Amino acid sequence: MKTQHLILIKTLCSQYNIEISFVDSLNKIGLIQIEVVDQNQFIHQDQIGNLEKMIRLHNELNVNLEGIDVVFNLLEKERALRNELNTLKNRLRLYEND
Amino acid sequence: MTFLDYYKILGISKTATEKEIKSAYRKLARKYHPDLNPDNKDAEKKFKEINEANEVLSNPENRKKYDQYGKDWKHAEEFEKAKQQQQTQNKYSRQGFSGEGQSEQDFSDYFESMFGGARSSSRQRSSTKFKGQDFNAELHLNLKDVYEPHQQILTVNNNKIRLTIPAGVENGQVIKIKGKGGKGLNGGPNGDLFIKFKINNHTQFKRAGNNLYANVDLDLYTSILGGEMNINTFKGKVKLKIKPETQNQSKIKLKGKGFPIYKKEGSFGDLIITFNIKTPTNLSDKEIEIFRELKKLR
Repeated sequence: MKTQHLILIKTLCSQYNIEISFVDSLNKIGLIQIEVVDQNQFIHQDQIGNLEKMIRLHNELNVNLEGIDVVFNLLEKERALRNELNTLKNRLRLYEND
Repeated sequence: MTFLDYYKILGISKTATEKEIKSAYRKLARKYHPDLNPDNKDAEKKFKEINEANEVLSNPENRKKYDQYGKDWKHAEEFEKAKQQQQTQNKYSRQGFSGEGQSEQDFSDYFESMFGGARSSSRQRSSTKFKGQDFNAELHLNLKDVYEPHQQILTVNNNKIRLTIPAGVENGQVIKIKGKGGKGLNGGPNGDLFIKFKINNHTQFKRAGNNLYANVDLDLYTSILGGEMNINTFKGKVKLKIKPETQNQSKIKLKGKGFPIYKKEGSFGDLIITFNIKTPTNLSDKEIEIFRELKKLR
Protein backbone atom coordinates (compact mmCIF):
# COMPACT_ATOMS: atom_id res chain seq x y z
CA MET A 1 0.00 0.00 0.00
CA LYS A 2 1.19 3.52 -0.79
CA THR A 3 2.38 5.51 2.19
CA GLN A 4 2.96 8.66 0.19
CA HIS A 5 0.32 10.71 2.00
CA LEU A 6 0.60 8.93 5.29
CA ILE A 7 2.54 10.18 8.27
CA LEU A 8 4.06 7.82 10.76
CA ILE A 9 2.39 8.22 14.15
CA LYS A 10 5.72 7.94 15.97
CA THR A 11 7.17 10.82 13.97
CA LEU A 12 4.06 12.82 14.54
CA CYS A 13 4.14 12.28 18.30
CA SER A 14 7.75 13.39 18.59
CA GLN A 15 7.00 16.39 16.40
CA TYR A 16 4.09 17.56 18.51
CA ASN A 17 5.40 16.33 21.84
CA ILE A 18 2.37 14.19 22.45
CA GLU A 19 1.98 10.69 23.82
CA ILE A 20 1.10 7.85 21.47
CA SER A 21 -1.64 6.96 23.95
CA PHE A 22 -3.28 10.33 23.23
CA VAL A 23 -3.39 9.57 19.51
CA ASP A 24 -4.68 6.07 20.28
CA SER A 25 -7.46 7.52 22.39
CA LEU A 26 -8.44 9.94 19.62
CA ASN A 27 -8.56 6.97 17.28
CA LYS A 28 -10.68 4.93 19.69
CA ILE A 29 -13.18 7.73 20.13
CA GLY A 30 -13.37 8.05 16.35
CA LEU A 31 -11.94 11.54 16.05
CA ILE A 32 -9.10 10.40 13.80
CA GLN A 33 -8.48 7.29 11.74
CA ILE A 34 -5.23 5.44 12.12
CA GLU A 35 -4.07 3.26 9.24
CA VAL A 36 -1.78 0.32 9.75
CA VAL A 37 0.72 -0.55 7.03
CA ASP A 38 3.37 -3.24 7.61
CA GLN A 39 2.64 -3.11 11.35
CA ASN A 40 3.35 0.60 11.44
CA GLN A 41 0.68 3.09 12.41
CA PHE A 42 0.04 6.03 10.13
CA ILE A 43 -2.32 8.93 9.83
CA HIS A 44 -3.36 10.46 6.54
CA GLN A 45 -2.01 13.96 6.06
CA ASP A 46 -5.55 15.24 5.43
CA GLN A 47 -6.26 14.70 9.10
CA ILE A 48 -3.30 16.73 10.33
CA GLY A 49 -5.22 20.01 10.45
CA ASN A 50 -7.92 18.51 12.65
CA LEU A 51 -5.39 16.70 14.80
CA GLU A 52 -3.53 19.96 15.43
CA LYS A 53 -6.81 21.53 16.48
CA MET A 54 -7.45 18.64 18.90
CA ILE A 55 -3.98 19.01 20.39
CA ARG A 56 -4.51 22.72 20.87
CA LEU A 57 -7.89 22.22 22.49
CA HIS A 58 -6.39 19.62 24.80
CA ASN A 59 -3.19 21.47 25.68
CA GLU A 60 -4.29 25.08 25.65
CA LEU A 61 -7.83 24.77 26.94
CA ASN A 62 -7.60 21.57 28.99
CA VAL A 63 -10.45 20.02 27.04
CA ASN A 64 -10.66 16.27 27.56
CA LEU A 65 -11.31 13.77 24.78
CA GLU A 66 -15.07 13.69 25.25
CA GLY A 67 -15.05 17.49 25.25
CA ILE A 68 -13.08 17.54 22.00
CA ASP A 69 -15.64 15.20 20.47
CA VAL A 70 -18.47 17.50 21.57
CA VAL A 71 -16.63 20.58 20.29
CA PHE A 72 -16.00 18.97 16.92
CA ASN A 73 -19.61 17.92 16.58
CA LEU A 74 -20.80 21.41 17.45
CA LEU A 75 -18.31 23.02 15.08
CA GLU A 76 -19.53 20.72 12.32
CA LYS A 77 -23.12 21.73 13.08
CA GLU A 78 -22.09 25.37 13.09
CA ARG A 79 -20.38 24.92 9.72
CA ALA A 80 -23.51 23.31 8.28
CA LEU A 81 -25.66 26.12 9.68
CA ARG A 82 -23.34 28.75 8.24
CA ASN A 83 -23.61 27.07 4.84
CA GLU A 84 -27.39 26.99 5.18
CA LEU A 85 -27.41 30.65 6.19
CA ASN A 86 -25.30 31.47 3.17
CA THR A 87 -27.69 29.59 0.88
CA LEU A 88 -30.66 31.37 2.45
CA LYS A 89 -28.95 34.75 2.09
CA ASN A 90 -28.39 33.97 -1.57
CA ARG A 91 -32.06 33.01 -1.93
CA LEU A 92 -33.14 36.16 -0.16
CA ARG A 93 -31.38 38.20 -2.79
CA LEU A 94 -34.11 36.97 -5.17
CA TYR A 95 -36.58 39.23 -3.42
CA GLU A 96 -34.29 42.19 -2.92
CA ASN A 97 -33.85 45.20 -5.22
CA ASP A 98 -36.90 44.32 -7.31
CA MET B 1 1.22 52.46 19.45
CA THR B 2 -1.24 50.74 21.72
CA PHE B 3 -1.14 50.34 25.43
CA LEU B 4 -2.97 47.31 26.69
CA ASP B 5 -4.16 47.08 30.24
CA TYR B 6 -3.50 43.41 30.81
CA TYR B 7 -5.43 43.35 34.08
CA LYS B 8 -8.45 44.82 32.40
CA ILE B 9 -8.13 42.40 29.49
CA LEU B 10 -8.21 39.44 31.85
CA GLY B 11 -10.85 41.08 34.04
CA ILE B 12 -8.79 40.80 37.22
CA SER B 13 -7.53 43.17 39.87
CA LYS B 14 -3.91 44.24 40.22
CA THR B 15 -3.66 42.13 43.33
CA ALA B 16 -4.79 38.96 41.58
CA THR B 17 -2.95 35.81 42.54
CA GLU B 18 -1.26 33.54 40.02
CA LYS B 19 -4.13 31.14 40.40
CA GLU B 20 -6.66 33.87 39.65
CA ILE B 21 -4.69 34.95 36.58
CA LYS B 22 -4.57 31.39 35.32
CA SER B 23 -8.24 30.86 35.95
CA ALA B 24 -9.23 34.14 34.25
CA TYR B 25 -7.02 33.32 31.28
CA ARG B 26 -8.45 29.84 30.87
CA LYS B 27 -12.00 31.10 31.06
CA LEU B 28 -11.44 33.76 28.41
CA ALA B 29 -9.31 31.48 26.24
CA ARG B 30 -12.16 28.97 26.14
CA LYS B 31 -14.45 31.75 24.99
CA TYR B 32 -12.23 33.34 22.34
CA HIS B 33 -9.99 30.49 21.16
CA PRO B 34 -9.71 30.69 17.33
CA ASP B 35 -10.45 26.99 16.98
CA LEU B 36 -13.81 27.61 18.62
CA ASN B 37 -14.47 30.80 16.67
CA PRO B 38 -13.61 30.05 13.06
CA ASP B 39 -13.66 33.07 10.71
CA ASN B 40 -14.14 35.47 13.61
CA LYS B 41 -11.52 38.20 13.39
CA ASP B 42 -12.72 39.93 16.56
CA ALA B 43 -12.34 36.75 18.58
CA GLU B 44 -8.89 36.21 17.07
CA LYS B 45 -7.79 39.71 18.08
CA LYS B 46 -9.22 39.27 21.56
CA PHE B 47 -7.49 35.91 21.92
CA LYS B 48 -4.15 37.45 21.00
CA GLU B 49 -4.64 40.12 23.64
CA ILE B 50 -5.61 37.53 26.24
CA ASN B 51 -2.55 35.45 25.39
CA GLU B 52 -0.31 38.44 25.58
CA ALA B 53 -1.77 39.47 28.91
CA ASN B 54 -1.36 35.98 30.27
CA GLU B 55 2.21 35.63 29.05
CA VAL B 56 3.18 38.82 30.83
CA LEU B 57 1.17 38.50 34.01
CA SER B 58 1.80 34.81 34.60
CA ASN B 59 5.53 35.44 34.66
CA PRO B 60 6.34 37.10 38.03
CA GLU B 61 9.38 38.92 36.67
CA ASN B 62 7.54 40.29 33.66
CA ARG B 63 4.54 41.19 35.78
CA LYS B 64 6.76 43.17 38.10
CA LYS B 65 8.17 45.14 35.17
CA TYR B 66 4.71 45.75 33.87
CA ASP B 67 3.42 46.89 37.27
CA GLN B 68 6.39 49.18 37.67
CA TYR B 69 6.18 50.96 34.33
CA GLY B 70 2.42 50.98 33.97
CA LYS B 71 1.04 53.26 31.32
CA ASP B 72 4.28 55.14 30.82
CA TRP B 73 6.10 51.96 30.12
CA LYS B 74 7.67 53.10 26.91
CA HIS B 75 9.44 56.12 28.32
CA ALA B 76 10.48 54.19 31.37
CA GLU B 77 11.90 51.43 29.23
CA GLU B 78 13.77 53.88 27.05
CA PHE B 79 15.05 55.65 30.08
CA GLU B 80 16.27 52.41 31.60
CA LYS B 81 17.95 51.40 28.38
CA ALA B 82 19.55 54.79 27.98
CA LYS B 83 20.76 54.81 31.53
CA GLN B 84 22.28 51.35 31.14
CA GLN B 85 23.96 52.24 27.91
CA GLN B 86 25.27 55.50 29.25
CA GLN B 87 26.81 53.65 32.11
CA THR B 88 28.47 51.01 30.03
CA GLN B 89 29.09 52.77 26.75
CA ASN B 90 29.73 56.41 27.42
CA LYS B 91 31.12 56.94 23.96
CA TYR B 92 27.75 56.45 22.35
CA SER B 93 25.22 59.24 22.12
CA ARG B 94 21.47 58.92 22.90
CA GLN B 95 20.39 58.78 19.31
CA GLY B 96 19.99 55.04 19.33
CA PHE B 97 17.03 55.19 21.67
CA SER B 98 14.46 56.83 19.53
CA GLY B 99 12.47 53.62 19.23
CA GLU B 100 11.63 54.38 15.62
CA GLY B 101 12.45 50.93 14.41
CA GLN B 102 9.50 49.36 16.13
CA SER B 103 6.90 47.99 13.84
CA GLU B 104 3.29 47.16 14.48
CA GLN B 105 2.82 43.50 15.13
CA ASP B 106 0.03 41.30 16.28
CA PHE B 107 1.18 41.92 19.81
CA SER B 108 1.28 45.34 21.38
CA ASP B 109 4.38 47.49 21.17
CA TYR B 110 4.87 47.16 24.86
CA PHE B 111 5.05 43.44 24.63
CA GLU B 112 7.38 43.57 21.65
CA SER B 113 9.69 46.10 23.20
CA MET B 114 9.89 44.53 26.56
CA PHE B 115 9.67 40.83 25.96
CA GLY B 116 9.93 40.62 22.18
CA GLY B 117 12.92 38.34 21.78
CA ALA B 118 12.15 35.99 24.57
CA ARG B 119 8.52 35.73 23.67
CA SER B 120 9.04 34.95 20.05
CA SER B 121 11.51 32.21 20.77
CA SER B 122 9.30 30.59 23.36
CA ARG B 123 6.32 30.96 21.08
CA GLN B 124 8.18 29.33 18.23
CA ARG B 125 9.20 26.52 20.45
CA SER B 126 5.71 25.83 21.64
CA SER B 127 4.05 26.24 18.26
CA THR B 128 6.33 24.04 16.16
CA LYS B 129 3.97 22.86 13.46
CA PHE B 130 4.15 19.81 11.33
CA LYS B 131 1.79 21.26 8.81
CA GLY B 132 2.27 24.71 7.32
CA GLN B 133 -0.05 27.60 8.02
CA ASP B 134 -3.40 27.72 6.22
CA PHE B 135 -4.00 30.80 4.08
CA ASN B 136 -7.35 32.49 3.45
CA ALA B 137 -8.19 34.54 0.39
CA GLU B 138 -11.27 36.09 -1.13
CA LEU B 139 -11.89 35.97 -4.85
CA HIS B 140 -14.41 38.23 -6.56
CA LEU B 141 -15.92 36.90 -9.76
CA ASN B 142 -18.90 37.69 -11.92
CA LEU B 143 -21.77 35.26 -12.27
CA LYS B 144 -20.88 34.85 -15.95
CA ASP B 145 -17.36 33.78 -14.96
CA VAL B 146 -18.60 30.80 -13.00
CA TYR B 147 -21.11 29.58 -15.55
CA GLU B 148 -18.25 27.66 -17.11
CA PRO B 149 -15.00 26.34 -15.61
CA HIS B 150 -12.87 29.40 -15.08
CA GLN B 151 -9.10 29.71 -15.27
CA GLN B 152 -7.55 32.10 -12.80
CA ILE B 153 -4.00 32.83 -11.78
CA LEU B 154 -3.57 33.80 -8.16
CA THR B 155 -0.44 35.15 -6.57
CA VAL B 156 -0.02 33.94 -3.03
CA ASN B 157 3.19 34.87 -1.22
CA ASN B 158 4.88 35.55 -4.55
CA ASN B 159 3.91 32.12 -5.85
CA LYS B 160 1.68 31.99 -8.89
CA ILE B 161 -1.08 29.44 -8.61
CA ARG B 162 -2.97 28.44 -11.72
CA LEU B 163 -6.47 27.59 -10.71
CA THR B 164 -9.37 26.00 -12.55
CA ILE B 165 -12.53 27.01 -10.77
CA PRO B 166 -15.30 24.51 -11.42
CA ALA B 167 -18.49 25.87 -12.92
CA GLY B 168 -21.33 26.45 -10.49
CA VAL B 169 -19.38 27.86 -7.56
CA GLU B 170 -21.75 29.65 -5.17
CA ASN B 171 -21.48 33.06 -3.58
CA GLY B 172 -19.84 32.62 -0.18
CA GLN B 173 -18.58 29.12 -0.98
CA VAL B 174 -15.13 28.23 0.26
CA ILE B 175 -12.86 25.84 -1.59
CA LYS B 176 -9.65 24.34 -0.35
CA ILE B 177 -6.53 24.25 -2.50
CA LYS B 178 -4.45 21.62 -0.91
CA GLY B 179 -0.82 22.31 -0.14
CA LYS B 180 -0.87 25.92 -1.32
CA GLY B 181 -0.68 27.45 2.13
CA GLY B 182 2.43 28.05 4.19
CA LYS B 183 5.39 25.71 3.93
CA GLY B 184 5.38 22.74 6.28
CA LEU B 185 8.02 22.52 8.96
CA ASN B 186 10.59 19.78 9.15
CA GLY B 187 9.38 18.15 5.96
CA GLY B 188 5.74 18.21 6.96
CA PRO B 189 2.93 18.90 4.52
CA ASN B 190 2.25 22.44 3.42
CA GLY B 191 -0.78 24.28 4.72
CA ASP B 192 -3.84 24.74 2.56
CA LEU B 193 -5.21 27.73 0.76
CA PHE B 194 -8.88 28.50 1.43
CA ILE B 195 -10.57 30.64 -1.17
CA LYS B 196 -13.89 32.26 -0.43
CA PHE B 197 -15.86 33.28 -3.50
CA LYS B 198 -17.76 36.50 -3.82
CA ILE B 199 -19.97 36.25 -6.87
CA ASN B 200 -21.25 39.52 -8.28
CA ASN B 201 -24.37 39.29 -10.36
CA HIS B 202 -24.93 41.93 -13.01
CA THR B 203 -27.25 39.85 -15.15
CA GLN B 204 -31.05 39.90 -15.51
CA PHE B 205 -31.14 36.55 -13.73
CA LYS B 206 -31.31 35.90 -10.06
CA ARG B 207 -29.71 32.80 -8.71
CA ALA B 208 -30.73 30.51 -5.89
CA GLY B 209 -28.57 27.42 -5.71
CA ASN B 210 -28.55 25.92 -9.17
CA ASN B 211 -31.78 27.55 -10.29
CA LEU B 212 -32.03 30.84 -12.12
CA TYR B 213 -34.99 33.16 -11.96
CA ALA B 214 -36.07 35.78 -14.46
CA ASN B 215 -39.09 37.99 -15.06
CA VAL B 216 -40.44 38.21 -18.59
CA ASP B 217 -42.90 40.83 -19.84
CA LEU B 218 -45.81 39.41 -21.80
CA ASP B 219 -48.26 41.45 -23.84
CA LEU B 220 -51.95 41.09 -23.03
CA TYR B 221 -52.91 39.51 -26.36
CA THR B 222 -50.29 36.77 -26.23
CA SER B 223 -51.21 36.08 -22.63
CA ILE B 224 -54.85 35.60 -23.63
CA LEU B 225 -54.49 33.93 -26.98
CA GLY B 226 -51.17 32.16 -26.49
CA GLY B 227 -48.32 32.23 -28.94
CA GLU B 228 -44.58 32.06 -29.17
CA MET B 229 -41.84 34.31 -27.94
CA ASN B 230 -38.06 34.35 -27.72
CA ILE B 231 -36.69 34.62 -24.24
CA ASN B 232 -33.16 34.98 -22.92
CA THR B 233 -31.55 32.15 -21.03
CA PHE B 234 -28.08 32.32 -19.59
CA LYS B 235 -26.73 30.57 -22.66
CA GLY B 236 -28.71 32.38 -25.33
CA LYS B 237 -32.23 32.77 -26.65
CA VAL B 238 -34.83 30.01 -26.73
CA LYS B 239 -38.23 29.95 -28.35
CA LEU B 240 -41.01 29.49 -25.85
CA LYS B 241 -44.62 28.46 -26.40
CA ILE B 242 -47.03 30.58 -24.39
CA LYS B 243 -50.22 28.82 -23.39
CA PRO B 244 -53.49 30.65 -23.97
CA GLU B 245 -54.92 32.32 -20.85
CA THR B 246 -51.56 32.68 -19.17
CA GLN B 247 -52.05 34.51 -15.89
CA ASN B 248 -50.04 37.40 -14.52
CA GLN B 249 -47.20 36.25 -12.19
CA SER B 250 -47.60 32.67 -13.37
CA LYS B 251 -44.38 30.73 -13.58
CA ILE B 252 -42.95 28.20 -15.96
CA LYS B 253 -39.91 26.07 -15.43
CA LEU B 254 -37.37 25.50 -18.18
CA LYS B 255 -35.64 22.32 -17.17
CA GLY B 256 -31.86 22.29 -17.48
CA LYS B 257 -31.64 25.97 -18.44
CA GLY B 258 -30.44 27.08 -15.04
CA PHE B 259 -26.96 27.22 -13.58
CA PRO B 260 -24.40 24.41 -13.82
CA ILE B 261 -24.37 22.10 -10.83
CA TYR B 262 -21.07 22.32 -8.99
CA LYS B 263 -18.75 19.45 -9.88
CA LYS B 264 -21.46 17.64 -11.85
CA GLU B 265 -20.38 18.23 -15.37
CA GLY B 266 -23.25 18.49 -17.83
CA SER B 267 -25.89 18.88 -15.10
CA PHE B 268 -27.81 22.09 -14.78
CA GLY B 269 -30.50 23.53 -12.58
CA ASP B 270 -33.69 25.03 -13.97
CA LEU B 271 -34.67 28.44 -15.23
CA ILE B 272 -37.88 29.71 -13.68
CA ILE B 273 -39.67 32.37 -15.68
CA THR B 274 -42.27 34.62 -14.09
CA PHE B 275 -44.61 36.38 -16.52
CA ASN B 276 -45.48 40.02 -16.03
CA ILE B 277 -48.48 40.78 -18.18
CA LYS B 278 -48.37 44.24 -19.61
CA THR B 279 -51.74 45.81 -20.33
CA PRO B 280 -51.85 48.14 -23.31
CA THR B 281 -51.91 51.89 -22.80
CA ASN B 282 -52.89 54.82 -25.03
CA LEU B 283 -55.85 52.88 -26.41
CA SER B 284 -57.59 54.18 -29.49
CA ASP B 285 -61.34 54.77 -29.50
CA LYS B 286 -61.83 51.65 -31.55
CA GLU B 287 -59.83 49.54 -29.10
CA ILE B 288 -61.85 50.89 -26.19
CA GLU B 289 -65.03 50.05 -28.05
CA ILE B 290 -63.87 46.49 -28.69
CA PHE B 291 -62.91 46.07 -25.03
CA ARG B 292 -66.39 47.30 -24.04
CA GLU B 293 -67.88 44.72 -26.36
CA LEU B 294 -65.70 42.06 -24.78
CA LYS B 295 -66.80 43.17 -21.34
CA LYS B 296 -70.43 42.77 -22.31
CA LEU B 297 -69.69 39.16 -23.29
CA ARG B 298 -68.43 38.27 -19.80
